[in-house]
Amino acid sequence: MTALEFSLILLVSSLAAGLLGALSGLGGGVVIVPVLTILFHVDIHYAIGASLVSVIATSSGAAAAYVREGFSNIRIGMFLEIATTLGALLGAWLTTRVPTHSIGFIFGLVLLYSAYASLKKRRDALTQQPDPLALRLKLKGSFPSTSTTHQDYIAQRVPAGFGLMTVAGTLSGLLGIGSGAVKVIAMDQAMRLPFKVSTTTSNFMIGVTAAASAGLYLRSGYLAPALVMPVMLGVLLGSLIGSRLLVKAQVRTLKIVFALVIFALGAEMIVNSLRGTL
Amino acid sequence: MNAPTTWNDQRIETWVGVLLRTGVMLAAAIVLTGGILYLAHTPGPRPDYSHFHAEPLQFTQFTSILHGVATLNPESIIMLGLLVLIATPVARVLMCIVGFLFERDRLYVAISAIVLAILLYSLFFYR
Repeated sequence: MTALEFSLILLVSSLAAGLLGALSGLGGGVVIVPVLTILFHVDIHYAIGASLVSVIATSSGAAAAYVREGFSNIRIGMFLEIATTLGALLGAWLTTRVPTHSIGFIFGLVLLYSAYASLKKRRDALTQQPDPLALRLKLKGSFPSTSTTHQDYIAQRVPAGFGLMTVAGTLSGLLGIGSGAVKVIAMDQAMRLPFKVSTTTSNFMIGVTAAASAGLYLRSGYLAPALVMPVMLGVLLGSLIGSRLLVKAQVRTLKIVFALVIFALGAEMIVNSLRGTL
Repeated sequence: MNAPTTWNDQRIETWVGVLLRTGVMLAAAIVLTGGILYLAHTPGPRPDYSHFHAEPLQFTQFTSILHGVATLNPESIIMLGLLVLIATPVARVLMCIVGFLFERDRLYVAISAIVLAILLYSLFFYR
């Protein structure tokens, strides 16, 4: 296979991965790593390097669209970014030391969990209880619930949310992903933030979190230019198309199909890691 | 009188959105340019990524990447695009600091400064 053919196949596959990531709400990173390692036999270090870059691109590319809706909360995002960036430093450091098959195994587990989490019904469980720490840190806001009214919210259980965000950051640095699924646990379930606020704020945070691992990835030689090029462009394009489609499509059935694909990829990664063939 | 009242969170977010979109489009354009040059100059078989050998120093250090760009090395140009991409979220945090300064929110100037410090440390010193 020539370099041109290889790049074109990677471009198309990454486009599909970006599309899948956007439509399932899981993000491109969690899909592109198994595609690269299982389908293209790319070493996992190169795969997570290409994924990390794609994650920064999709997070930044999608942000402009989210901003207009007025759901994201820059204060909550910025405060929690302290946790995710510190976690990312730890995760990226672990990546340079942990053996390949362990990374693959953990990645497989995260895929299985993400598949499950993408199907779970999310329901807002808002409380207006003024949490003293959240008040002091101004972790509150309001979002447009109908065209005329605004719904107020305030974060709950700030330390638990902060702790979970450190875990999300560590997974992001270790696996080169956005770890949307863990961020959702932290923001929806621990901090009781409204669904729309947590998804859009989490998207904002992903780029900053991933940038905290990028320096070490670069110096450790994980960013292979000729591999990253088609992957980053493909995932970015795919996710931009995906988020456009998302507005129109009825996604429930699609989500089930995608969850099954993600589940299968996760199982495959775990099996390959245990066999030592990853 | 005007500055503090007109700088609200929504305004910061709008600017941040424009910045992120611009950064990612610029990065993608540079990566695409480098990619086209790379493919035009690489007629041979595909590179093998099945075993990890860290990329050469040429592509892992800021100064050598810039040096490669000066000699129009296609892969160095791709790496330059990636550096622009990585710098985009950092610029976003910087822009939030400015926004919070205008809002006179000292607490969030400090919180954003901590995030910026972690990012700069990770980019330049962490190994």
